[in-house]
This record gives sequence, structure tokens and C-alpha cells, in this order.
Amino acid sequence: MTTTSTKGPAAPPEQTGSPVLRRPHDERRLPWFHLVLTGLAGLLVAVALLAIFDSLSIPAAILLGFVLHLAFGYLYSRIREGRRWATDRLMTLVVIGAFAIAMFPLVSLLWAVIGRGLTRVLAAAPSPFAFWTTDMSGIIGGAEAGGVVHATIGTLLITLWASIISIPIGLFTAIFLVEYADQGWRRVLGQGVTFLVDVMTGIPSIVAGLFGLALFIAFMPDQSVRMGIMGAVALSLLMIPTVVRSSEEMLRLVPMDLREASYALGVPKWLTIVKVVLRTAIAGLTTGITLAIARVIGETAPLLLTVGMVTSVNWNMFDGRMATLPTFINQQYRAGSANCMNDTVTNPVTQEVYACSITTNIDRAWAAAFTLIVIVMVLNIVARLVSYYFSPKLTR
Amino acid sequence: MAAPQPINVEDLNIYYGDFLAVEGVDVQIRPRSVTALIGPSGCGKSTFLRTLNRMHEVIPGAYAQGKVEINGENIYDPRVDPVNVRRRVGMVFQKANPFPTMSIRDNVLAGVKLNSRRISKSAAEELLEGSLKGANLWNEVKDRLDKPGMGLSGGQQQRLCIARTIAVKPEVVLMDEPCSALDPISTLAIEDLVHELKEEYTIVIVTHNMQQASRVSDRTGFFNIAGTGKPGHLIEIDDTQQMFTNPSNKQTEDYISGRFG
Repeated sequence: MTTTSTKGPAAPPEQTGSPVLRRPHDERRLPWFHLVLTGLAGLLVAVALLAIFDSLSIPAAILLGFVLHLAFGYLYSRIREGRRWATDRLMTLVVIGAFAIAMFPLVSLLWAVIGRGLTRVLAAAPSPFAFWTTDMSGIIGGAEAGGVVHATIGTLLITLWASIISIPIGLFTAIFLVEYADQGWRRVLGQGVTFLVDVMTGIPSIVAGLFGLALFIAFMPDQSVRMGIMGAVALSLLMIPTVVRSSEEMLRLVPMDLREASYALGVPKWLTIVKVVLRTAIAGLTTGITLAIARVIGETAPLLLTVGMVTSVNWNMFDGRMATLPTFINQQYRAGSANCMNDTVTNPVTQEVYACSITTNIDRAWAAAFTLIVIVMVLNIVARLVSYYFSPKLTR
Repeated sequence: MAAPQPINVEDLNIYYGDFLAVEGVDVQIRPRSVTALIGPSGCGKSTFLRTLNRMHEVIPGAYAQGKVEINGENIYDPRVDPVNVRRRVGMVFQKANPFPTMSIRDNVLAGVKLNSRRISKSAAEELLEGSLKGANLWNEVKDRLDKPGMGLSGGQQQRLCIARTIAVKPEVVLMDEPCSALDPISTLAIEDLVHELKEEYTIVIVTHNMQQASRVSDRTGFFNIAGTGKPGHLIEIDDTQQMFTNPSNKQTEDYISGRFG
């Protein structure tokens, strides 16, 4: 070789044959607003088509418009930009479309619950937010009053007890599976436990409720016994497998390096698990446990069977029925629209007078659903904060 | 303290389950000196190293038979607690592995803190400074002791791990290819450190780098393996000078001169 490659921008490009690295000159990207044009074209054609068939509606127009936009955009781009860019545009739009479709139920659900629920919470009689401070005792007919303090306390207590039962069992099971079930009989036991946990994940919640009921009835003289703790036991049945699986995944993610580093410092195995493995995995564990709580906090069927419903606050987990938010929603929804013979309803005990509303039961159901979502949201935020403050940091 | 005694290894067989990985090691490792272990990949030198502080058995199914005497005490005696062995025989790994949740300070004091031992604040500061100085890291990190250990460079992380190991005040420090992931400058820093550490500790270092073995060690052992699936053997151990200039075994000579494999 006599020619040495010249470096730097000043070197003139040597034209030997056709360039192979450059794009063909007709293949160039168009500005973004061309896509808006094809989008508008798609929408117009969609509206026109729907109008012809006399079935014009906004969702249908958007959906059909998007599909037509895919076709128009692809063809237009194919002609003006070439095949590769056309495929790129098409796939980009498909990905965005899939994302929008996935987000739609979530956004619309939040919209509806917040819209209808928050309205009722703010409009509650006798004062705003009274919905969160009053219970349902003495509320009859279509009275625009009453609240969910009893159901909120019930839900929080039962979920708390379900967590108290499930988190230690689930976490210790996960520790056993990851740290101890490595050989011999423990390995066999571990495989058995994993199998049973998988089976447990699939238990329908109503069956868990029946189990809770049957368990307590078997040991109680009173066959119609109902207690908060029964619900907590039933829920823990649903919660344990979720906690086990998520914690197991998180503990397996802790690198073996760290355990070895700890052993090499003369740290016993149990201290290594407590101070290195659990400490390193805590962010993931918190997230997993929060998801498990969020899963059971909205369970209705098991609670309907085991703790029933009341109209006032019951703090005692070991005596009598309790109200919970999901069962409250169910009850209010099933009550349907109220009868309003007069404009007002009078509480027979306290003689308080409330406005009468046909939709009061449905409104309470929405407001209770809103309350439930707020609780889950707060839990999630707390978990996020824990994750944030405890996760390993790399900042210098 | 009594004069340090050598580590006596007698007829040590090392297994992974049914598989005999290293067979019949007989060796005496001199105290307060550096012993390097070289040999091709998979010949069992790291496995052997890990049996010197019973880290080998952390792997499911792995065990060792034979005798390893440290200060006249067989660490494979059934009455011996491996946790106590590891407090006296520290280990530095191939990949620097500082605890990601801990600051530099906590990483160095990990041996104390993880064992839930009480230590006065002044004693902790003294130990911290002593260990970091011992690992030649003090000047680089003294202004950011409360920053995460993971924020350091690879070479600094490895020296942090060495500081963490010597903070437990072991008698022996095992090093499993401590420089294989480091650049030449960091490698030099670690090698200098090894030279200083041998004043106080008995050091056994596994390395793939023969120049490194000849630079840092007083004695060198050569491990070899007859073929895949066969157990590794300690072929020869001698003064480093002797090993690299005039090895007595043909296999050693082939390996060192690059005619091997």
C-alpha cells in the first residue's frame, strides 16, 4: 500500500465508483408535519365513511382515523421517503397506538372514579369530607348523607392483619427457597414449596374466603361466627403466594459476590442474610409487598363471606362483623336507586333532616371506590419513598 | 504474639459433589511472604485458594478432605467453626465487590458492623484510617468517606475491598486474581500494596499473569490439569526466582515459556 489514509475534513473525497455509505439521494426524511397531514386525511376519510353509514361517533372516528392514518402514512412515506423510512414510520405509529390503547382503560377508569367519587366526597353532607368522617348508622332511604369511615377502618385493619400474617410467612419462605433450599432434602422440600406456592397463586378468591370461613367454623361453637380476623386469614391466603414469588425474585437478584464478600469477613450466614441480602434487596421487597397488599385490599368475595357488613365502626378484629370498602361498594351498588317520596329524609333516631337523592347509593359506591384508590395510591407512594431512600446509590 | 507459623496443607482433595477437582495437594505456605499460584484456567488454583478459608463449601455440594493447618490448628477439624476461620483468613475477590448499600466508611468497617460488634467511635475512626492507609486509599477518599463505595473507580473499589479485609485483622490474606479486571496503573497500585502487606500478613495470590507472579511473589506454585474432567494437581512449588529461571518440572517449563497448549 502506497496511499496512506488521509484524516481530517479537508481531505477531498475520492470518487471511485458509486458511494456505498450514503443513502440513495431520493431517500430523505420529510418534516414531521407531513404526518399531521396524513393524520388529518385519515380522520376526514374516517368521518366521511362513518357519516355515509350513519354511525358517526367520536371513538369510532378516532379509531378508524388512526387505522387509515397507518395506511395513508405508510403509502405516503413509501412514495416520498423510501421503504425503510416507511416501515420505521409504520412501526413507530403501531407502538404509539398500542401504548395509547393500553393507557385508555386506566385513564378512563381514573377519570370516571375521580370525577364521580370526588364530587360526592366534596359534596357530602353536612360538610365536605364528611364522607370520610361519618359512618352509615341511621342512614335510611335516599338520604344524601353517610360515609365510609367504618368501611375504611375495616379495610385498613383487615389488610394490616393480613399483612402481619402474610409478610413474615412469605418473606421467610422466600429466604428458605433462596438461601437454604440448595441441596439434599432441603432442595426437594424447596421444589415442593415452589410448586404449592404456584398452585396457591391460582386459588380463586372466593375459595380463599370459604377456607377462612370453614377454618373458623370448625373451631367455634357459634356456627354463624363472623370476625375481622377471619377475613384477614382468608386474604393472607391470597397474599402469601404473591409475597413469596416477588420476594424470591428479588432475593435471587442479589449477587452471590456480596454474600461471599460477607462470608469472607467472617460474618455468619444469618447475619449475612439479614444485613447484606435483605438490606440490598429492600427496595424490590417493598415494591413486591406493596403490590401484594394492593392485590388483596380490593378483594370483595372473601370478605363478603367472612366479615359481612355493618353500618358502624368496629375496631375489634376478634368480635363481630366489620365493614370494608369493597363490600361497601358492592352493597351500595346492589341497593340501586333510592326512593324519594319527599324531598327530604329524616333520621328516626337523631331527627336530623337530609336531602333526598335518587342516586345517593350509586354516588356512595363511586365515592367509596375513590377512597379505595386513594388508599392504594398512598401505599404506593410510601413504597416508592422507601425504595428511593434504601436503594443502592451510585452517585459519587 | 508467637512467631507466625506456616500454613501446612497435607493430602488435600477438593470435590464439587462427586467430581474430584483438585487432588493430593501437599504444600507448606511460608508466613509473612507472598505465595503466587499460577496455572491454566480450570486447573483448580482458585478452588484450592478457597479451601484455605473454607469459602469453597459455600458452593452447594462442594467439600474438601484432608488437612489444612493454620497456626497448628486443622481448619477442617469437625469442631472448627468456618466463621472463625474466615475471620483469621481474609479474602479479596476477582471482581471488586463493595457493599452497594454502604458508604466507604461502612464498607471498611463492614467486618465489625455486620458482626454487630460494639466499637467505640474513636476506635472505629482509628480502624478506618489505619485500614484505608494500609490499602493506600486514604488520601484518595478521606474527604468523601460518607459517599457510596460503588462510586469509586474499579481500582479504588478493589483497594477498598482490601481495606475491608485487613480491617478484620486477619493473619492470612487470600487474593483471587485481584487485578484481572484492572488497568495497568491500578494493577501497579495493588502490586505495591501486596509488597507492603507481606510485612504483616501471609499472602496467597492467584494470578493468570506470570509477570505479576514474578513481580510480587516470593514463592510460586504451579497447578496443572491432565485434561478436562481430570483433577488438578500442584505440580511444583519453589522460590519464584527458581521457578521462572530454572524450573525442575518439564510441565512448568513449558507453561512458563509459553509452549503450553
